[in-house]
Amino acid sequence: MTGTTAYKNNKNAGSRAIRVVVWTAGMTVGLLFLLITGYILIKGIPEIKASLFERHYNSENVSMLPAILNTLEISLLTLGIAVPVGVAAAVYLCEYAKRGSRLVKLIRVTVETLQGIPSIVYGLFGYLLFVISLGWGYSMIAGVLTLVIMVLPVIIRTAEEALLAVPDSYREGSFGLGAGKVRTVFRIILPSAVPGILAGVILAVGRIAGETAALIFTAGTAGNFTGNLADSARTLSVHMYCLWNEGLYTSEAYATSVILLVMVVGMNAISNFIAKRLVNKNGK
Amino acid sequence: MKIKIRETGMRFVFLFSACVSIIAVAFIIAFLLYNGIPAMSEIGFFKFLFGMTWKPSAGLYGIFPMIVGSICVTAGAIVFGVPLGLGCAAFLAFFCPAKLHRVLKPAVELLAGIPSIVYGFFGLMVIVPVMQTFFGGSGKGILTSSLLLGFMILPTVINVTESSLRAVPNHYYEGSLALGATHERSVFRVIFPAAKSGVFAGIILGIGRAVGETMAVVMVAGNQAIMPESVTSGIRTLTTNIILEMGYAAELHREALIATGVVLFVFILIINLSFSALKRKEERS
Repeated sequence: MTGTTAYKNNKNAGSRAIRVVVWTAGMTVGLLFLLITGYILIKGIPEIKASLFERHYNSENVSMLPAILNTLEISLLTLGIAVPVGVAAAVYLCEYAKRGSRLVKLIRVTVETLQGIPSIVYGLFGYLLFVISLGWGYSMIAGVLTLVIMVLPVIIRTAEEALLAVPDSYREGSFGLGAGKVRTVFRIILPSAVPGILAGVILAVGRIAGETAALIFTAGTAGNFTGNLADSARTLSVHMYCLWNEGLYTSEAYATSVILLVMVVGMNAISNFIAKRLVNKNGK
Repeated sequence: MKIKIRETGMRFVFLFSACVSIIAVAFIIAFLLYNGIPAMSEIGFFKFLFGMTWKPSAGLYGIFPMIVGSICVTAGAIVFGVPLGLGCAAFLAFFCPAKLHRVLKPAVELLAGIPSIVYGFFGLMVIVPVMQTFFGGSGKGILTSSLLLGFMILPTVINVTESSLRAVPNHYYEGSLALGATHERSVFRVIFPAAKSGVFAGIILGIGRAVGETMAVVMVAGNQAIMPESVTSGIRTLTTNIILEMGYAAELHREALIATGVVLFVFILIINLSFSALKRKEERS
């Protein structure tokens, strides 16, 4: 649609008004993106200073380096559990399950439900199960397990799409050469689905790094990095919440929001890029 | 023989992984109900849901102001976010030059990736002062939260709507043109009605986001647990009630907060179910 034909640039007042309205809507959304990211970057970048990256956090340097390390550790552990489980679930749904069976329907409904649950409810659940019932207290592992459930639907959905994009001829070729189902899955299907799965993984990292409400009452808010799973640890997002809550550290909060924004938006951009490359490659 | 064991073994591993989400949902429902229902019955179901006063220190646990709060900010988010989102989706699908689309579409996708705590911080630093100048007072309240939530649901509404607009078969559009309708009339009178259930699904998904949002709202809502008097009065939602008090609550107070989570969860379940129903309807048509 090139927009040069007569029916498109209609001169009547109604059409013109509608064009103005939709252009305004589109431009407003674009400007909003520029406003939010621009504001955070312009106000935040000058506030970044070396003391914010000291190894140990205290109320004087308000260092965010421990929070960044915690974010990395929590992300890696969460993915370490969620990716195998999520990909295996997707393999079951795509390669093994009978289409439209009761179990598959139930799995789909629960995945959709998990996707819609607000993070604060995950936080409450993690608090009740891991922190209280299992008696682990505020700890990294409680936060990790809560996040695993939270990102599972993201992984399952993207892995499923990636598996569906693998052409059937690959499967038939592998079976034709005498390979069993398991061998076909691990040697043929999964390797060709890796880019799609990777896009989902990166999307999940963005989720984890941006998450706050599910972590405050599970991993807690301790400001230092110990690396120990039983210790409370705050991620970068939770760090920012704490800065706001204490109400004293506006300039540090600006600096933290820049790092957080760059981290999370960067992750999403990479994920989108990979996903798009994949779609182009498959010629859809 | 060995191969057979491996085949069935792995089959069970895959099957079990697929069932993890069922187990998770069952656990979430069980734990919330188990911890929330006793508080509801102790306080009194009616007194809890429709009580006008939330004052844990005096043993009063009425969450009606919070229910109203959640409904108010969600309605506000719809008012700000939905028209803008639908307009932008129509723009992206039918009016946007290809070059602009390559820039605007990723921008919309990245808006979805901005963490809610950063949205909240932006709201606190930018929207709140603006509201202070225009309306006086603290600048925090229904209007500010609605505006911020309206921004936050934009990517959801835009993405779902755009893809359902694009899914409408091209001959609908061509048929409309052949009958002499303009491009604009075809988009809004033919394509939008045809994509109706997809568009509503996008709106409902956005509503779910707005109801469940916590971190951004807590920073700009004012958080007074009272019935709002005007659009600028401060307000507390179901989500923020939990985050604000969970840190120090004990016994019945804590259970009442969990019960607040149960009410929130029920709201979300209803929203999700209507979303799935609409999506299924769209797939069928």
